[in-house]
Amino acid sequence: MSEEPIQTDVVIVGAGPVGLFAVFELGLVDLKCHVVDILPRAGGQCSELYPEKPIYDIPALPTVTGQELTDRLMEQIEPFGAEFHFNERVDQLERLDEGFRLTTDGGIVLDCKVVVIAAGGGSFTPKRPPLPGIEGYEGKSVFYSVKKIEDFRDKDVLIVGGGDSALDWSLNLQPVAKSLTLIHRRDQFRAAPDSVNKMFKLVENGDIKFELGQVTELHGDNGELTGVTVKAPDGNTFEQPANAMLPFFGLTMKLGPVADWGLNLEENLIPVDTEKFETSEPRIFAIGDINSYPGKLKLILSGFHEAALMAQKAHEYIYPDKKLTFQYTTSSTSLQKKLGVK
Amino acid sequence: MAKITFIEHSGREHTVEAELGQTVMEAAVQNSIPGIAAECGGACACATCHVYVQEPWREPTGTPEPMEEDMLDFAFDVRDESRLSCQITVTEELDGLVVKVPEKQF
Repeated sequence: MSEEPIQTDVVIVGAGPVGLFAVFELGLVDLKCHVVDILPRAGGQCSELYPEKPIYDIPALPTVTGQELTDRLMEQIEPFGAEFHFNERVDQLERLDEGFRLTTDGGIVLDCKVVVIAAGGGSFTPKRPPLPGIEGYEGKSVFYSVKKIEDFRDKDVLIVGGGDSALDWSLNLQPVAKSLTLIHRRDQFRAAPDSVNKMFKLVENGDIKFELGQVTELHGDNGELTGVTVKAPDGNTFEQPANAMLPFFGLTMKLGPVADWGLNLEENLIPVDTEKFETSEPRIFAIGDINSYPGKLKLILSGFHEAALMAQKAHEYIYPDKKLTFQYTTSSTSLQKKLGVK
Repeated sequence: MAKITFIEHSGREHTVEAELGQTVMEAAVQNSIPGIAAECGGACACATCHVYVQEPWREPTGTPEPMEEDMLDFAFDVRDESRLSCQITVTEELDGLVVKVPEKQF
């Protein structure tokens, strides 16, 4: 599915507040950016974890929610026309002569001269229930997402969870599955009420089986699930046959493929210098929560500062012959042109 | 101040002094209690500060609000005594509180 590689100056890995502000700082020094994020929207932890929670330590904004901050940053970087690739995780990084080729899990290929890792706490990945031996079933009979509905045809499908993913996939897989069982710890659901109603309709008709409980053990051989043990709310256990299971327990942050890019790491953080915020590899920068240096504080405002300094060095790599003169957006006509206010 | 005891899954106990007004999760993180991940930093958005409130503390700690109950769906091995420690505020009344930390937070 990959076509011609996309050519750009900079690829930013992560569309959280710091990745977004990096678009601004790089834009002021004429660098074009593509931004890749595994989530379906911009904002990173701000929109995923606390969209409605106020943040009190953004300079000049006494209070702002995670979502408002994201929206304001998107507005601020709009003039620079960065391109976003959502629902994509950068899996591979190859070295080219003067730069890098990045490939996402969805097959997007990006060639760039500078990489900025602004991946925060890492990439959001589905939580793995701590059931003994679950690793051995993953990809064979335990899945955290549905790639093709057909894969579940004529299977005894077990879905665990009470959110939108659990409910949506119960409704969508029920028509193709041989049987579909939904297990949730209580009879209330976070999911959209409409999906919950539809699910209970199907339960009434005998098309979906709904059980209260929590899975405690997996049974099977060679990665092929045969069933699970479920603990019911009354403490009794029962066996539920299944040959495909989809657990939906939300997302957690894992460093992910960045760990395999050959960079020095310290306890899942990327050490950088404090002049340019460059990693052990020239032309690869790390800014925001994912980096470490003496005195590091994981604050959004620190990430903004790091983005500004990083952009100076990134410019030097991409335009080695052009000298950057330091300018203020308040007074510089050339910066104001870039911002579209002149 | 209020004393809070965290019991690890292994049975190891840690008693810490918590400030009134802070959350039980904050007291755990400040004292590096193993097993309290608190990934989201207290926004009730991750369910990685899950604890089991021991008797006789279930009544004084109260019951989860609907948002916390929803978030508990993301925790593992949820029981009647399950709470997210970021949603329990330390009060004088809770001096002596005992909570168990689950084997895994995911």
